Amino acid sequence: MELNSNSPTGPIETRWERHRFNLKLVNPANKRKYNIIVVGSGLAGGSAAASLAELGYNVDCFCFQDSPRRAHSIAAQGGINAAKNYHNDGDSIYRLFYDTVKGGDFRARESNVHRLAGISLNIIDQCVAQGVPFAREYSGYLDNRSFGGAQVSRTFYARGQTGQQLLLGAYQALERQIGMGAVKMFPRTEMLDLIVVDGRARGIVTRNLITGTIESHFSDAVVLGTGGYGNVYYLSTNAKGCNATAIWRAHKRGALFANPCFTQIHPTCIPVSGEYQSKLTLMSESLRNDGRVWVPTTKRDKRVPSQIPEAERDYFLERKYPSFGNLVPRDVASRNAKAVCDEGRGVGESGLAVYLDFRDAIERLGASVIKERYGNLFDMYNRITGEDPYKEAMRIYPAMHYTMGGLWVDYNLMSNVPGLYVIGEANFSDHGANRLGASALMQGLADGYFVLPNTIGDYLASNKLEKVDSSHAAAREAESSVHAVTRKLLDAKGTRSVDSYHRELGKIMWEHCGMARNAEGLKQALALIPPLREQYWSDVKVLGAGEELNQSLEKAGRVADFFELAELMCRDALDRNESCGGHFREEYQTPEGEAARDDENFAYAAAWGFQGVGQPPVLHKEPLTFEYVHPSQRSYK
Amino acid sequence: MKIILHIWRQRNCKDKGKMTRYEVPNVNQEMSFLEMLDVLNEDLILKNEEPVAFDHDCREGICGTCGCMVNGMAHGPLPGTTLCQLHMRHFKEGDELYLEPWRAAAFPVVKDLVVDRSAFDRIIAAGGYISVATGSAPDGNAVLVPKENAECSMDAAACIGCGACVAMCPNASAALFTGAKIAHLGLLPQGQPERDQRAIAMVAQARQELFGSCTNIGECEAVCPKEIKLEVIARMNGDFIRASLTGR
Ligand SMILES: Cc1cc2nc3c(=O)[nH]c(=O)nc-3n(C[C@H](O)[C@H](O)[C@H](O)COP(=O)(O)OP(=O)(O)OC[C@H]3O[C@@H](n4cnc5c(N)ncnc54)[C@H](O)[C@@H]3O)c2cc1C
Ligand code: FES
Repeated sequence: MELNSNSPTGPIETRWERHRFNLKLVNPANKRKYNIIVVGSGLAGGSAAASLAELGYNVDCFCFQDSPRRAHSIAAQGGINAAKNYHNDGDSIYRLFYDTVKGGDFRARESNVHRLAGISLNIIDQCVAQGVPFAREYSGYLDNRSFGGAQVSRTFYARGQTGQQLLLGAYQALERQIGMGAVKMFPRTEMLDLIVVDGRARGIVTRNLITGTIESHFSDAVVLGTGGYGNVYYLSTNAKGCNATAIWRAHKRGALFANPCFTQIHPTCIPVSGEYQSKLTLMSESLRNDGRVWVPTTKRDKRVPSQIPEAERDYFLERKYPSFGNLVPRDVASRNAKAVCDEGRGVGESGLAVYLDFRDAIERLGASVIKERYGNLFDMYNRITGEDPYKEAMRIYPAMHYTMGGLWVDYNLMSNVPGLYVIGEANFSDHGANRLGASALMQGLADGYFVLPNTIGDYLASNKLEKVDSSHAAAREAESSVHAVTRKLLDAKGTRSVDSYHRELGKIMWEHCGMARNAEGLKQALALIPPLREQYWSDVKVLGAGEELNQSLEKAGRVADFFELAELMCRDALDRNESCGGHFREEYQTPEGEAARDDENFAYAAAWGFQGVGQPPVLHKEPLTFEYVHPSQRSYK
Repeated sequence: MKIILHIWRQRNCKDKGKMTRYEVPNVNQEMSFLEMLDVLNEDLILKNEEPVAFDHDCREGICGTCGCMVNGMAHGPLPGTTLCQLHMRHFKEGDELYLEPWRAAAFPVVKDLVVDRSAFDRIIAAGGYISVATGSAPDGNAVLVPKENAECSMDAAACIGCGACVAMCPNASAALFTGAKIAHLGLLPQGQPERDQRAIAMVAQARQELFGSCTNIGECEAVCPKEIKLEVIARMNGDFIRASLTGR
């Protein structure tokens, strides 16, 4: 299959503008005749649903939570990037574009990234107008901070709750449209299949999570803003309900899945404390601005950290990366923490943690300054661990955090299935092999507020779509396949709970397809996953019925999809014989132990086509060219 | 340690429901409250008993999905803490805990500890927003917001919509929730044009949803996991009265 990215050419600064001009428009009077389904109410889905309804389209919006306000975007802490250059510190659209392409380790499409950087300005304006209470300076102007090692201050924030405030802005815009009858909201409703008619996405099959009713919904286009798939690993910083079901089932209906192995591990999370652990909590990256990361020089040193003298401490990031020190990018910080723990120098009960120490910062700046900067994070740490980080060093460990991979989309954010659009973390588009801090919120809102509402009209205006309803064979087939999966899970009546299988799958993935990967481990994972998946289908135990609120059944369907996706992730990781961004293949590293990219052979997006469960998928390559930012080796020494 | 739980079990909104006693023998003090419920549920599944349904998602105290009454306190005994952030080290061997869903006419029980809070969404839909269509905003710095206003607005905007305030109020009033949104938007210059209309519409919607009236008891403030202050209710009342008097 020829993958056409539909990227415009010519000067990059005007590509989006020229492209927009060339898009067909839907006559305003006709917009209300079109029905659009938006699955997801996070930053991407919520902003898209509201904006499409404002334009006049009829929108049906779906989420699995009890309210659209609870989408996982709510949990983002740190902030959102925008190249406003309010500080006159040298920022520009071009610099944000440059940083994002480079940060993504040269595996993203230049056209998309440039558009994103440009739109970042409009996002802040829109959110301020909606009443997002961004942090302000005493003068009343918007405040910024630098984030994730960026050399300019371009991150806008609302205390440690930026995601919450941005999402509430989008949610309120959405509720306004719901109140006016322009959007019909379906909370506690899960999409379980995509209806494809004559090769086009024309609807979805859903399960009402309260009544268990399975039904079809039809539309002229379907938009998926269903978030990332980090929960494949069981333990991650994602909310418990985050899942890949919507994108995976769309993949099984023909949508290509791009770069599934590009996952991001966040270095500063609270470590696992026991087998019962249900999720991992992120501690904002900003802690590394003042905290120093270290482990004892000797193995299994069980003294409390404050009792370990200076000479017996190894500040390994400062030692290895004198110029960036504790502020090296996420992937580098994570891998180094893992390495010292693998040597047996990890700390805490499990030995899977390193210290993040504020002793020196408190000495230098005083406890009150530290409290002002990080008070809420310290409280959160204290609430979870019962320890006081003002007195003893924190213990942190990397955790699965974000997924750069997702459904393949072109420049219009349309997948290879006509009429199926994918936005936010669910697509693969803008972050390449590694996402920069504070850029996911930016991308979700860029897609939903500004890109999709422009591009979707072109599709609607260019295609004549016949009416479809539940009598159509494709709809009936999709519905009956959903029924069949539900029955199969309930009828297995096996011996183990869904969670126990999910945990086991998560361990395999963390071990073999986590922070560092190698061919042997990936092959091992590929040998372990299929039999476990088979066992799952015959041995999983889901009590209760299908026609009621049944949380085990909801999880069971999601875990079934994680099994299949996990296999694809391992295949992709095995196929990509290079290291780049979050994908670190141990065989491919520089003599200093850094990621070694292979631009000659792997400068492409790997878009996989589904061929059947357990069947090898087919690989389609979208070559990536870099006309503006020339590939170079990242160095943080 | 061993914890004894009495949990409200109710199959669906039509079922009558009753308390059922469970023992969780191996509770580790590092566990969160919800992890303890996970352990109970795993155990129930293996015994062929249906697990307890409870709502949760982020488990970081920000999404507002979790929550139930623990011995009569919304989100349990620790101030400023959602149920998902409450850890078992605050309990001791042999503690008996009674878990019940939020109780309010406006929050019908869906199953076990799960309730329907969609009334909150309808209050927001009635007017909890600033009407600005995508694309029509001026530059972010065109409207200045005094730092203090931004901070106070943020204090109110921190509401997670969990419903603890309603559950704890003897009148099942939604005043803290509604007031928080009215204060968040009313403290910002952008929120001024629609301020009167917003107060009238949101207060009317809350009444229609069967929430009770506020009689200044203050239980809501005491249990709010985000420590939203009663002041927001005073603001709401002020806005409402002014709007009613001027007839706008
Ligand atoms: C702890 C944490 C902190 C973060 N901090 C930052 C930060 O500071 N800055 C930053 O830029 N990024 C941050 N991120 C990343 C960022 O929050 C996410 O990438 C982004 O919010 C994703 O938004 P989204 O709209 O794509 O998806 P989500 O917000 O996950 O929304 C998904 C939506 O889809 C719905 N859905 C999913 N599946 C289905 C289905 N099958 N049927 C129906 N509905 C479905 C859900 O109900 C939900 O409404 C953070 C992430 C985490 C985990
Ligand atoms: S689960 Fe999100 S606040 Fe408790």
